[in-house]
Amino acid sequence: MGFFTDTSVCIGCKACEVACKEWNEVPSTGLDLLGQSFDNTGGLGADSWRHVAFVEQRVPVADEVATVDLGMPSVGMPEQPAGDGDTAVRWLMSSDVCKHCTHAACLDVCPTGSLFRTEFGTVVVQEDICNGCGYCVPACPYGVIERRETDGRAFKCTLCYDRLGDGLEPACAKACPTDSIQFGELDELRDRADRRLAAVRGEGATGARLYGRDPGDGVGGAGAFFLLLDEPEVYGLPPDPVVTTRDLPAMWKHAAAAAVSVAAGIALAFTRRRR
Amino acid sequence: MSENRSYYGRPVLKEPAWRVPDVPGYLFLGGLAGASAGAAALCDLTGRAGLCRTYRAVAAGAAVSSVGALIHDLGRPARFLYMLRVFKPTSPLSVGSWILAPFGGLATAAAAAEFAGRARWARPAGIGAGVLGPAMCTYTAVLLADTAVPAWHSAYRELPFVFAGSALTSAAGAGLLCGGRAEHEPARRMGWLGAGIELVASGLLERAHGLAGEPYRTGRARRLLRAATGLTIAGAGLSAAGRRSRVATGLAGAAYLAAGLCTRFGVFDAGIRSTRDPKYVVTPQRDRLTQTT
Repeated sequence: MGFFTDTSVCIGCKACEVACKEWNEVPSTGLDLLGQSFDNTGGLGADSWRHVAFVEQRVPVADEVATVDLGMPSVGMPEQPAGDGDTAVRWLMSSDVCKHCTHAACLDVCPTGSLFRTEFGTVVVQEDICNGCGYCVPACPYGVIERRETDGRAFKCTLCYDRLGDGLEPACAKACPTDSIQFGELDELRDRADRRLAAVRGEGATGARLYGRDPGDGVGGAGAFFLLLDEPEVYGLPPDPVVTTRDLPAMWKHAAAAAVSVAAGIALAFTRRRR
Repeated sequence: MSENRSYYGRPVLKEPAWRVPDVPGYLFLGGLAGASAGAAALCDLTGRAGLCRTYRAVAAGAAVSSVGALIHDLGRPARFLYMLRVFKPTSPLSVGSWILAPFGGLATAAAAAEFAGRARWARPAGIGAGVLGPAMCTYTAVLLADTAVPAWHSAYRELPFVFAGSALTSAAGAGLLCGGRAEHEPARRMGWLGAGIELVASGLLERAHGLAGEPYRTGRARRLLRAATGLTIAGAGLSAAGRRSRVATGLAGAAYLAAGLCTRFGVFDAGIRSTRDPKYVVTPQRDRLTQTT
C-alpha cells in the first residue's frame, strides 16, 4: 500500500499536516516563521511527518498555463499584452512525506531491528525498540527521518500503521480536500498516475513528471510517489536518490583489505629481528 | 555542471544526529584500541614483555572509552544493549557492535589478567583481541560511508585505508609515548608504515570525487586534515631523530596521537558540511541523470 500525491491539484491548505499531527500526536515544533513563502514547516522531520512545500517561481508569461476569466471586477490599469521578458509568478505546492522505499536505507542500517517492513509494505519505527543511535538519520537519501532531541529516539511517518490495521486510510489522505493525496494499492495508483500525467501534459504542463514511480530507480521505487510540475530539486527532493546499502559489499571489501593492511603493518613492524 | 536549483537553499539531507566529540572521538579510540591490541598480541608472541603491558593497557583503556563515547551519543543510553538484540549484516553499526563487544571484552580481560599477574590467562584473551583488532580499525570507515552523506559515501574506497594508516600511527604514538625506551623500535616501524598508508590514502581522498570531495578541501575539514598530515610527517621524522633523544620520541608519540584525532575530526566535519549545502546532493545526482539520458 502507498501514496500517490498529485501535486497539480494541491492547494496548499496543510490539512494533511494538521491531520497527521492530530492523529499521530506529533508534538508541536513551536512558532517558526521562516520568512519563506507560505511555508513555515520547512521540511520533514521528527515532528513533521507531512510537509507542504510552497514554491514561488518567476516564469516567463508565455509559460503560464492559461487561466479561466471569471469575469470578476478589477481595479488598476487595463490588461496589457505581455511583452518579451515579462514574467509572472507561479506557485507550486506539494505535500511531501516519507517515501517508504522498496529498498529502504534507514531499515537496512538500523542496528536494533527497530525499523521494520510491515505487512502493508511500509517502513515503520518501533518506538519501544529504538535506542536513538541515529544511524537511520544520515542513511536516508531524502532527509526524512530524524532524532527528536527531547526524546532521543527517531521518528517519521508510519503511513498510519494503526489506521491501516483497522482498514482505514491514513489521516492525511482522509483529510485532503482535493484528493491530491491518494492512498491505495501501488499498482493501481501507478496506473492512475500514468493516466493523470498524460492528461496534465495534454493540458500544456510540459514540465510535469512522475517522481518515485519507477520500481527500477535507486530505491527500487517509492511507496509514496508524486506527480511534480517541475524538477524534483525545486521541491527540495533529491533528483536521483540511491539506497546507500547498494554499495555495501564493495565497502566491506575495501574495509577488509584495509584491515589486512593493518595486520600486515603490525606484523612487519614486530616480527623483524631485534637489533 | 548543471544549474543548481533547490528549495530556498534548504538542505535535502538531514544532518547526522551524531555529536561531537562523541562520534569522531569514538572513531579515533576504536582505531587506537584495535591497532594497540594487535601490537600487544605480537609483543606477547615475540617476547617484548614491557611493551606488551603498555599496549594491553592502551587497548583496554581505549576500547572501554570508545564504548563509553558510543553509549553517551545514544538518544536512549539505557538501551545500549539493544545494539546486540539482532545481528544484521546490512547494518555496519550492528556488525560493528558485534566486533566491538567481544573485542572490548577480550582486550579488557587481557589487561586485567596482565595487571593481576596472571600472564597465562592474558595470552589467549590478548590474541583474541589482537585478531579482532584490525577489523576494529576499519569497520568505522564503512559506518560513515554507508550513509547518504555525499562526502562520506563517495569516499568509501579511500576511507578504510585512511583509518587503517591512522590507527597504526596512533598505536605507534601510544607506544612511543608510554613504552619503555628499549622497546621503541617496532613502534617506530609501525608508525612509518602507518604514516605511509595514511598519507597516500588521505592524499587520494582529498583529490578525488570532484564536487562531493570539495568539503575535504575547504574550511575547517581542510585545516584539520592539513594539520593531520603535518603532524604525521612530524611524528615520522621525530621518531627517527628520537633514537638518541627521549624528548623527541615523546614529541613524536604526541604528534602521532594528535594526527589521529585531527584526521577523525576532519573527516567527520567534511561529512557534516556536505549535508548542509544542497548542492553537494543535487549537482552530482543531476549530472548522473544527464549522463544516463
